[in-house]
Amino acid sequence: MTNITDTQLQPGQPAIHRRRWGISLIWIVPIVAAAIGISMLVHAWLSEGPEITILFRTATGLEAGKTPVKYKDVTVGAVTAITLSEDGSHVKVKVALMQSAKSLTSKDSRFWVVRPRIGASGISGVDTLLSGAYIGVDKGQAEETASEFTGLEMPPPVVGDMPGKSFILKSEDLGSLDIGSPVYYRRIQVGRVASYQLGETGQDIKLQIFIDAPYDRYVTTDTRFWNASGVDVSLGADGLKLKTQSVATIVAGGVAFASPMGSQASPADKDTEFTLTADQDTAMAPPDGQAQYIQLKFDQSLRGLSVGAPVQFSGVDLGRVVSINLDYDPVKHRFPTVVGVLVYPERMGRVLDKLPKLEGDNDRQAALFMHSMVKQGLRAQARLGNILTGQLYIAMDFVPNAPKVELDVNARPISMPTVNGSFDRMQEQIANIVTKIEKMPLDSIAKHLDASLVNLDKTLTQVNTHVLPETTQTLQQTRQTMQDAGQTMQQARQTLSGVDNVLADDAPLSQNLGQTLQEVQRASRSLRELTDLLGRHPESLLRGRPADPALVSKPVAPSPQEESKP
Amino acid sequence: MTGPVSAHRLGVISCHACGLVCEDTLTRQTASSRLAPETDPHVDCPRCGAPLHRRRPNNIPRAWALLLAGLIFYIPANVLPVMYTSLMGSGSENTIMQGVIEFWKSGSYGIALVIFIASVLVPCTKFVVLGVLFATSQRCSRWAMKERAKLYRLVELVGYWSMLDVLVVAIVAALVKFQGLSDIEPRIGILFFGMVVIMTMLSAMSFDPRLIWDGDNE
Repeated sequence: MTNITDTQLQPGQPAIHRRRWGISLIWIVPIVAAAIGISMLVHAWLSEGPEITILFRTATGLEAGKTPVKYKDVTVGAVTAITLSEDGSHVKVKVALMQSAKSLTSKDSRFWVVRPRIGASGISGVDTLLSGAYIGVDKGQAEETASEFTGLEMPPPVVGDMPGKSFILKSEDLGSLDIGSPVYYRRIQVGRVASYQLGETGQDIKLQIFIDAPYDRYVTTDTRFWNASGVDVSLGADGLKLKTQSVATIVAGGVAFASPMGSQASPADKDTEFTLTADQDTAMAPPDGQAQYIQLKFDQSLRGLSVGAPVQFSGVDLGRVVSINLDYDPVKHRFPTVVGVLVYPERMGRVLDKLPKLEGDNDRQAALFMHSMVKQGLRAQARLGNILTGQLYIAMDFVPNAPKVELDVNARPISMPTVNGSFDRMQEQIANIVTKIEKMPLDSIAKHLDASLVNLDKTLTQVNTHVLPETTQTLQQTRQTMQDAGQTMQQARQTLSGVDNVLADDAPLSQNLGQTLQEVQRASRSLRELTDLLGRHPESLLRGRPADPALVSKPVAPSPQEESKP
Repeated sequence: MTGPVSAHRLGVISCHACGLVCEDTLTRQTASSRLAPETDPHVDCPRCGAPLHRRRPNNIPRAWALLLAGLIFYIPANVLPVMYTSLMGSGSENTIMQGVIEFWKSGSYGIALVIFIASVLVPCTKFVVLGVLFATSQRCSRWAMKERAKLYRLVELVGYWSMLDVLVVAIVAALVKFQGLSDIEPRIGILFFGMVVIMTMLSAMSFDPRLIWDGDNE
């Protein structure tokens, strides 16, 4: 054992390992740890994006440290603090953006709070019901950056990089349109109203609409836009018409567009201006072309004529009344009415090509053409358009027997000769009738009538004295004859009553007749029974009547006659 | 030279691996080969071949280094989020302290306390205790030796339980996966926290508790 212990105590020659370096390798561990820590720090520092402040009216749904900022549904930052502005009118929302979202700090970037909204045009932001509100961003285009933004209260209808095109619509008023109102093409919603603003002059409204791709290519240079808001009910010669694009438009309003049939026009450029008309019919009407202003001077009262009243030529709507003014004629001391009308010659359509071409500018051409027409008897006239309402319209028509008027070709505006309206002519005709009546020889007619009446009187006296007494006599004789006839009739009645007595129910004759008939009935029944008996028992002729079971059976099955007897 | 007899006084070394007691030949060899004092010569155990040391070589610097690494990792573990919780789609990342505060605010004082003790109090105490142990042992201090030994055993004991946090996050993240409704995911901070626990455990392990008593011998 000691031996073993000795050997154990002397381990012999252990290999000697030498270390080259004095410092332990273990120090690498904290160095690595520090390196990781520092790299994290550097990473955090580098990835720290810009901090921006957004002003909102309220901070509803926003929460510091939790509410994310999302761009294209990617979280690009978070709200770090929410404070009230100095004057208390806004809330300042501090947002720490990520480094990758640096480009979102363009000066014209837009920020808004996405929360569930229920509007006339639908429900949006339903996903935020569960996840809570977040701040949406639309990347701006500007080169400059900003650190303070004013947040939108409503989500923008058009986000910057959405595929599609925007167009400008000019309208007289906004109607029921609003931001976000739908734009329809063949009743498919293809876009929406992005914004609206008053024109520079305040005379019209410029609506910016956004049409999503690929529908934007249906907007061509000759596309017509109309207001599809609400319900369009019209009662016309063709019946009751009710038009609406969709239920949504009734509430929220909307715009519809279409191109004329067979249109070959190229797609319109971005931000092309169009006119927004009141309804589809107006929108789709052929273009009016250049308007021609014509002045008409009427001597009559034009009660019932209003601005906007139609101007018709041979029943074709050519234009409308634009002004009605009074004028003073110092010579006649009259107040004629001066009516200004706008005429769109293009509305005549293809006829224009057939008309003779005249030299000079537009006004001159029109004047020369009008001149030749006036020579043929073309006159303007205020006519009654609607008997019920008394609305007048201006008609241009060829009036036969019109007094000759020379049109001043050089006068501007062109002044067209007028004739008085149809109402006036009716009065004229009545006056004519009156004068004709006046011309009648009423006095001599009365005299002749008087003489005739005297003659008549004589004739009547004659009738009274001679004819009437004879007639009375004849009548008396007639009455006598009638009395005789009456007596004859009475006798006849007596005779008839005698007959009647004979034929009465309780008359002995009829009673006898009844008894006789009963006897006959009985006889015939006996006869029938006899024949029956013979039919069944012909031997009874020889053997006499058998002890008949039929007698027993009789009360069992009585004959119908017997039953009816009592 | 009073007090209990130590291996050093008898001139023997105990093998760490197999417990064989050998004669301490290191001093002799060092003297005979005249090696530089900073080099670390050693002999192998004749029975199992493990290197023989009087004390674990370099153990104090090693423990210090690991403690330092743990301390460094403790910073990101607290700064970075450890857990991402999303309830009904609204998600938030929480650091350890944020979680504690949130639980405390919502009235779950017990949970807040447990998290606080496991994630803040215990690691911090460990750092302090280990630091004190290392410093005193380095200086061969004779101050409160028994208490220090107890502390060391306590640290060793608590060591694995410090992983509680990591475990909770791992289990919860695995269990709570209701797409859209609620979701819990671990975040990088918990990795650093795990590193802190590992580093402090390694540090405590590499410390040779016999050093506490070394001051007693000299």
